[in-house]
Amino acid sequence: MRKAFAPLAVVTGLLFAIAPFVIANAPYEQTMLLIQKIFYFHVPSWVAMYCGLIVAAIASILYLFKGSKAADRYAVSAAELIVVFGLNGLISGPLWARKAWGVWWQWDVKLTSALLLWLMFVAYLLVRKYGGPGSEKLAAVVAIFGAAVSPFVYVSVNIWRTMHPKTSVVPDIIKNPTTGFAGPLLLSMLAFVLLFCLLLMLRVRLAERQDALDELYLAYED
Amino acid sequence: MFVRTAILVLKKDLAIEVKTLEIVMTTLFFAVACVLVFSFAFVREGQAPPDAAPAILWIAVAFSGTLALGRTFERERYSETLRALLLAPAPRPALYVGKLLGMIVLLALDELVLVPLIAFLFGAPMFARPLFLLLFLAAGTLAFAAVGTLFAAMLIRSRTRDVLLPILLYPITVPVIICGVRGTAALLSSPVDEPTATMWLAILIAMDVVFVTLSLWTFEPLMSE
Repeated sequence: MRKAFAPLAVVTGLLFAIAPFVIANAPYEQTMLLIQKIFYFHVPSWVAMYCGLIVAAIASILYLFKGSKAADRYAVSAAELIVVFGLNGLISGPLWARKAWGVWWQWDVKLTSALLLWLMFVAYLLVRKYGGPGSEKLAAVVAIFGAAVSPFVYVSVNIWRTMHPKTSVVPDIIKNPTTGFAGPLLLSMLAFVLLFCLLLMLRVRLAERQDALDELYLAYED
Repeated sequence: MFVRTAILVLKKDLAIEVKTLEIVMTTLFFAVACVLVFSFAFVREGQAPPDAAPAILWIAVAFSGTLALGRTFERERYSETLRALLLAPAPRPALYVGKLLGMIVLLALDELVLVPLIAFLFGAPMFARPLFLLLFLAAGTLAFAAVGTLFAAMLIRSRTRDVLLPILLYPITVPVIICGVRGTAALLSSPVDEPTATMWLAILIAMDVVFVTLSLWTFEPLMSE
């Protein structure tokens, strides 16, 4: 894992370096023109967040049932990244919505369910920070419930209200490479997913160091 | 063994509660206070907006339920009885089911007062489909209490449990509240919108299944130190 870090960092850096040029050269969307470009930032943020959700849920299950400390380090790192990338999406979304819909916020299914999911992981971090001893297990259950409830959030809010561009916008774009949107979008997504992997590795490494330090302190006191 | 343990835990909780009625009385009046506060917030020129009644009903249930959850487990913590329960040679999930049933009984008592009160205050036709309403209340209460009992039980060791419980509980139970409010609103509309109500009820029951299964599955590793 550690050997992969440096090459991965170089590739991610390159992708982020060329992305602005690729996005600038991408064709303008017919109705939204320039503001559509935020799409190359907004969608990848959510893709990275959902990567985090998968990692956090699997790591939490492993931690709760197998007691693996390493899994717990992955879970907390992924949860922090969910909050970071989610915030990215939650900020870039309204910026676009103000121009496209004329309002900052709409109680639409994707906005609402993303906000709730984000809140659950903020709660996860709060539990870990303020929950006192033993809060890691508690937080693991929160992550498992968060992942399990997200389809229900989606379905119930979907029936309740809906307005966001359909998710099928993204598959449609990727299926029709001739429109010129697919390349930049895929490139941005790849860049964000790689960035997510990099940050996850860094954060897990930090957690490993912290745990090792805690153990040393305990050993010293004994 | 499983059913017997669960019923014993339930009987224990009810026996303690019947002596003082502390949790029933306090949460009930808290729920009534909630209804009043929301009424003052919503009612304009003597009229409540059309969907206010179901919204207030479910908010009152969720808020007073949070309070009841905190109080029930505070009692266990105060006398260190949860440790004793966990030490008992009984299946852990049975303890969870016992506490969950106790919570459902408390919330059912709450709702027994809340529903007629809201029907009375807002002129809402709450009893147009009594069986349907009962199913909604049962399914919604089960979903809310299933998550709540699990979280309250695990927060018992935490110093900040009072504030962490709602922080954890509300984002996760939002779909329950949506299903409850929209479904009850469909029942209150005239004529009664049965297909919509059935659809919300189906989602609610699916959530019940997921929440109860997950809770039974995670209770054991969660409560073992």
